[in-house]
Amino acid sequence: MTSILNLQNIITIIVAIVAAPIIGGFLSGVDRIISARMQNRYGPPILQPFYDFFKLLGKERITVNQTQMVYVLGHLFFSIVCIVMLVLKQDLLMIIFVLAFSSVSLIMGAMSVRSPYSKIGAQRELIQMMAYEPVLLLMVVGIYMTNKSFMISSIFENDRPLLFTLPLVFLTFIYVLTIKLRKSPFDFSTSHHGHQELIKGLTTEFSGPQLAIIELTHWYDLVLLLSLISLFFAKPIWVGIIIALVCYFLEMLIDNISARITWKLMLKLTWVIGIGAAMTNIIWLYLK
Amino acid sequence: MGIIEKSRKKSPWIIHYDCTSCNGCDIETLACLTPMYDVERFGIVNVGNPKHADVLVVTGSVNKKNVRVLKNIYDQMPDPKAVVAVGACACTGGVFKECYNIIGGVENVLPVDVYVPGCCPRPEAIMDGIVMALEKMNEKAKVKKK
Repeated sequence: MTSILNLQNIITIIVAIVAAPIIGGFLSGVDRIISARMQNRYGPPILQPFYDFFKLLGKERITVNQTQMVYVLGHLFFSIVCIVMLVLKQDLLMIIFVLAFSSVSLIMGAMSVRSPYSKIGAQRELIQMMAYEPVLLLMVVGIYMTNKSFMISSIFENDRPLLFTLPLVFLTFIYVLTIKLRKSPFDFSTSHHGHQELIKGLTTEFSGPQLAIIELTHWYDLVLLLSLISLFFAKPIWVGIIIALVCYFLEMLIDNISARITWKLMLKLTWVIGIGAAMTNIIWLYLK
Repeated sequence: MGIIEKSRKKSPWIIHYDCTSCNGCDIETLACLTPMYDVERFGIVNVGNPKHADVLVVTGSVNKKNVRVLKNIYDQMPDPKAVVAVGACACTGGVFKECYNIIGGVENVLPVDVYVPGCCPRPEAIMDGIVMALEKMNEKAKVKKK
């Protein structure tokens, strides 16, 4: 333990915990501006997500039941754990599992209330998890087969970028990112845009500070997922960051040009094409 | 001015409820969201969920059937909140005032902060009304703290 918890690592952890939501908030501000420009609108100021966040913090605290806040805080806590493990270059497999815990906390929070909108949103979120979790695991398996280690530090030791050995896994990961970020066409559990059929789906029953915490967690998740993209180009890391930003722009584009699809189609597409492509890549690695 | 007061003015999320409007005011309200006027410039988002909303925008006069729904929506909104009555009917009852089933304007049921007159009001007037409501919302929050 002494080797992990030295002064340098503690400083890294603090910087990551403070910087991640700031970067995430700016990225969502950019997302809103670019989406508005794509729709021929002027769009909000870039600090808009922060204004929303602080306004929500100042609202009255209304909770539907006693346990709701615990689930929301769990959602935030597990996401922060993921970020900390990422900056310490720890086990990638564990990060994926902890990320799943974070999503499950939110689902349980949404399930704990009586509102049918919230419940249907939570069930759809579960289906989304069912769709993307196998693909994320296959990505980790692919990285293990390339580097013979689950540790992120081993990715940085390898001079060859992962993309050259895992091109199909990379493409499926971008595809899964759309589901994970709840962008259109996979925004059926909740959405940042007007979402009339389920009101606000998963987040219907969360208000005020709770919604602010969910938004904060979303920023952490955004930074985490974009960092996972940049791992595919870990050397040099700035190329990875540029590729991650390009992928994020691609997500905005897809978000604005596509309509929402049904969960059945999403499940079929993800399992057949997503798992199929990732498996093809892994079998190719195995035979090589 | 603290950061929360400033953010409150920059990020009003609205919920729009149509009482017994003829849909004239509704069309003008929704026109604010279009690229022509684009209220998202001011951070205004139409959320459609009372638990997330800050400003309740009501169009049309209140009748005996929908007064329960209107009160229910208002009660679900967390404080601080504001009510904007849009159009002649929402302000006073308008041409429907003397009808047997009409209670009158929104003021008879809820504490209205801003009245936007007109039949129907222009989108600019509606946007102006919502921005005026934000000032009152901060004042209300201050009074409540004291």
